[in-house]
Amino acid sequence: MTPVNSKKTPFTFESVEPESGLRAALGMSRADIIGEVSACNLRGRGGAGFPTGTKWNLAAAAKVKAGGTKYVVCNADEGEPGTFKDRVILSDHADMVFEGMTIGARAIGAAVGILYLRSEYVYLRPHLEQVLERRRANNLLGQDIGGLAGFSFDIHLHMGAGAYVCGEETALIESLEGHRGEPRNRPPFPVDTGFEGQPTVVNNVETFAWVVCVLSRGAHWFKSIGTAKSTGYKLFSVSGDCREPGVYEFPLGITVGEFLEKVGGQGAKAVQIGGASGHCVPASEFGRRIAFEDLSTGGSIIVLGPGRDMLAVARNFMEFFVEESCGQCTPCRVGNAKLLEGVEMLQRGECSMKYLQELLGLCETMQLASKCGLGQSSPNAFVSIVKHFKDEIMGRTLVH
Amino acid sequence: MSADTRQDLNSSRAPASQKGQQVTPSGSDAAGYIGGLVSVNIDGKDHKVPLGTTILEAARQVGIKIPTLCHHPDLCVAGVCRVCVVEVENQRALQAACAYPVTAPLKVKTHTAKVRQARRHVIDLLLSTHYGECYSCKRNNNCELQTLANEHGVDFYRFGHVTESQYPIDRSSYSVIRDPDKCVLCRRCVRTCIDVQEVGVLEAVGRSDKTRIGTYLDKPLGDVVCINCGQCINRCPTGALHANDASDEVWRAIDDPKKHVVIQTAPSPRAGIGECFGLEPGTPMTYQMNTALKLCGFDKVFDTNFSADLTIIEEGTELLMRLHKALVKKEPVALPQFTSCSPGWVKYLEHFYPEYIPNLSSAKSPQQMFGAVIKTYYAKLNNIDPKDIVTVALMPCSAKKFECNRPEMDSSGFKDVDYGLTTRELAQMIKEAGINLPDMPKGEFDDPFGTATGSGVIFGATGGVMEAALRTVIELVTGAKVESLFENANITPVRGFDGVRYVELPLPEVAPDVIPLLAHLIPSWDFLKGATLKVAVAHGTANAKKVMENIKAGGQFSQCHFIEFMGCPGGCIGGGGQPIPTSPEIRKARARAIYEEDAACEVRKSHENPAVLKLYHEFFTEGPCGHLSHKLLHTHYTARGKFIG
Amino acid sequence: MLVGQQQRLQDDIRALVERFGRKRSALIPVLQELQKTHTTVSDFAMQVVADELSIHPAEVYGVTSFYAFLRQESRGRFVFRLCGTISCELSGKSRVARQLENDLGIRFGETTADGRFGLEWASCLGMCDQGPALLVNDRVYTGVTPEQVHVIIDECKSTFGAHAREAVHS
Repeated sequence: MTPVNSKKTPFTFESVEPESGLRAALGMSRADIIGEVSACNLRGRGGAGFPTGTKWNLAAAAKVKAGGTKYVVCNADEGEPGTFKDRVILSDHADMVFEGMTIGARAIGAAVGILYLRSEYVYLRPHLEQVLERRRANNLLGQDIGGLAGFSFDIHLHMGAGAYVCGEETALIESLEGHRGEPRNRPPFPVDTGFEGQPTVVNNVETFAWVVCVLSRGAHWFKSIGTAKSTGYKLFSVSGDCREPGVYEFPLGITVGEFLEKVGGQGAKAVQIGGASGHCVPASEFGRRIAFEDLSTGGSIIVLGPGRDMLAVARNFMEFFVEESCGQCTPCRVGNAKLLEGVEMLQRGECSMKYLQELLGLCETMQLASKCGLGQSSPNAFVSIVKHFKDEIMGRTLVH
Repeated sequence: MSADTRQDLNSSRAPASQKGQQVTPSGSDAAGYIGGLVSVNIDGKDHKVPLGTTILEAARQVGIKIPTLCHHPDLCVAGVCRVCVVEVENQRALQAACAYPVTAPLKVKTHTAKVRQARRHVIDLLLSTHYGECYSCKRNNNCELQTLANEHGVDFYRFGHVTESQYPIDRSSYSVIRDPDKCVLCRRCVRTCIDVQEVGVLEAVGRSDKTRIGTYLDKPLGDVVCINCGQCINRCPTGALHANDASDEVWRAIDDPKKHVVIQTAPSPRAGIGECFGLEPGTPMTYQMNTALKLCGFDKVFDTNFSADLTIIEEGTELLMRLHKALVKKEPVALPQFTSCSPGWVKYLEHFYPEYIPNLSSAKSPQQMFGAVIKTYYAKLNNIDPKDIVTVALMPCSAKKFECNRPEMDSSGFKDVDYGLTTRELAQMIKEAGINLPDMPKGEFDDPFGTATGSGVIFGATGGVMEAALRTVIELVTGAKVESLFENANITPVRGFDGVRYVELPLPEVAPDVIPLLAHLIPSWDFLKGATLKVAVAHGTANAKKVMENIKAGGQFSQCHFIEFMGCPGGCIGGGGQPIPTSPEIRKARARAIYEEDAACEVRKSHENPAVLKLYHEFFTEGPCGHLSHKLLHTHYTARGKFIG
Repeated sequence: MLVGQQQRLQDDIRALVERFGRKRSALIPVLQELQKTHTTVSDFAMQVVADELSIHPAEVYGVTSFYAFLRQESRGRFVFRLCGTISCELSGKSRVARQLENDLGIRFGETTADGRFGLEWASCLGMCDQGPALLVNDRVYTGVTPEQVHVIIDECKSTFGAHAREAVHS
């Protein structure tokens, strides 16, 4: 009943010398730090894959509004079903995450860092507080960090309160500000108008850790791994019907089939890539690559074995979104409920072909017209399951 | 966004997710920016718009209509309904036109197949959760959801339709009724309540498909700190919010041959009611309405302006007495004096600033004064048993319904005012009687209260009470004609729509004598010689809050002598009982109508109203603030506090 | 609530507001700390918090009703949150759910009559490789089997005395 260590492969993080990234950064100009992060093509590891260098560059260029400071926020609201690599990073490599945040602060000129930790991970808090305290004691946080005069930066923890949508960066900022976690209109973007109206960089836990590796080993090293558009390694959270679930580090670009072999998931019926908001890939497409240019993911890989009922899977995902939609915009609030109703109709064998087509049209509207990424991606699983497993679900459909 | 509803974006209490954002020009050297203008291509045509203009505004400027639902000209942007989505070149997802500022050259398409399907789906989804039938709805034919469905060709319920009520109707309030079954969660009411009014009674509650607009702990509206202003009603796109309609009771009274039914009509409804009959905003219907009301069956039609003049005499006297007490007798006295004619404002103060109740004028509002006079003086004059009189008040206001039901409003021995009707409700009654208001011949008000002055009329617009009071106070105290100070007696510094206005008025000379009406109260004006009268005007309770906080902090407004507060943006012409829709332009047009009526009046000053003077001569013989007037024309207030029990 | 209790609650809230700052961004941390010591955010507490932060009670309610881990009704001293998401479903959460209902004698969304235990679903606890996962207050259990459910409950019962003393006014 006690949690076990989930690591199944060595992480690059283990072989990077502690504080080597920060040390390198302290010896560089801000522009050079951002230049390095841009040159390595590191893309956000939370799932959306926005180029980190570009984000930092925008935040560095943005002006601080009177009397404030810029912010570096670490998004540790890891809520995507099937994702747990950030928990492992925070347990085993917290220093590296804070080191990466400190590098980010140096790069954009921020004085305050916030780690937004999901409330489900509340048990990590004492450990993280301890690490922060030690970093303060070692002059890795606080005034004149690492002896660099004028570089002041500190990090505090902020607990989430149980809302998946707060993983969306503007909802996260709303939550930080004490509001309901409802995503904002964009533009303006957080890099310009973020927490308390100030320029704010929000990055995933894993992204900050990779920044450290990039600064320590150089952009060329990172760029030499992965594909052209998806450079570097990525941590994957693997669960479901496989022999060795856990956290794996692989270069981006790996095919689904190769992946399954490594985790003991051969013979799978399908793989859900990217969690509930991701895509369901059938066995016929296991040759596809896990990379931003094909199947992008924040790291969630859920293996679905031969006997699994795909409608039950779809239903679980839709129940999740009906619970977790913020309820602000119409397509997501009502649309997800309609999709769940649709899955239930399919399960009961009461969904006409015509209505199923209406629902697929609705999915398109949700993907196009929802206010934030949650609503825009929530129909993905439904769409791919309907597309790839027509036989299975149509068997229960009454066609009028 | 307009001056009267919002002073600046930063004062908005709405979370940023619900708020228009300020856009600072960045990279203005880039191609496409010329002199703060940026080019936007809408449906194939290039236009130049100021940087930061939203796509919606840009489209409207060039005559392209993009449908909206959660957008309202008085409110900050929400971007939640997603009806206004458009295609922006190089963007995968559709963008909400209301929330998308043009900061770089853009290509926009407003009605592609994707856009049309998305809009249609959004409407279908809203309809799937919208319970209620159009023909049994208060907003039938004036509903934005209905219009959208019509314009987008909705001919069946694509995603089903709720067939059972999901929420009970909240009828706990005298003023505002909530029917959450019809709510489309556009949150206009939330933004109105928190941002425009700073009352914060309504908020989005729960999440996901269980999100609803709720009060604190979902308590009945009558039990929370609602001030009954009805601004939420005016901005609701559907029938989810409406006023507590008294027209059935009024019809019953009219039908009862034993009842003598009199109606008083406030100035603002006549400036607005034409809108319910398809007329342009700002078309006055004063005299057509008189005829129509008689046709409907009212026995007498009186002008609330009469009691507005009476209010000025009472409230003005009270102010002068307070000043006399403070400056001559050196007694502790609550200053500045606050006006008390807006029941929304009064309840706001009772909830949020109860410690300032002593500052509130004890004079009743014109509505209540009129009620009390009718059931006493008028009853006696016409030898009618007051129990057989039914007094109806036509008001632009939903809070007036609460006011007339205040238990203390019975000094005549009867309920001073039996029923309050809103402009909308009266329009419906007139239609029900088969009358097309604009076709009516003109008719006069009935005596003995038929004569009113321009001062009474302007009560309807923000600054009007102050202007009326100043016209009288200046003349009484200085002995000079107002016209010698302000052209045509138009005290323009207190007019306008700025949320808060502050005016100083030096009194270099005073009149040698005090008029007989007041001579027994104040022996001489000498104590005001050389003084500077400081007054202020605020409308909309968010602005009232700013003034109150300033007073609490001992700021500029704490040095004022007299402050006019109106609960609603624009004053009564923007009241919660006025025709829907409302916008800054509509309120301006209504105000124009009111000032035109004032300018056309023969008598412009309350203290020159012969009927009022007659009333003091015959009935309130001890004069203003005398014993009888205190009993009938003044009231007291309740410190309610903001704790919700 | 007794006057003395109200006074204590008010003092607690003022201390928290001092600690987190008199600004809107302090709202959620204040509510979380309050809930830790008082198990719920009561009606009275919400109004005091609103007053202290110069916002409206409805705004506080809007926030508490939005987040799954904030609540205005007590869910008991020990809140059991069973992960309902896909990976835990694949590893058999349904049977654990049934057994939790059986052993606690309540349904999901309910609290035991003695106010000790509450049962809720959670959205992904991030223990997907070791499901079914169960969060009990701040403690996470993984690989939970139906027959282990009563062991976990007993563990809570044995620490209940200690916890009960911590809870000064629930």
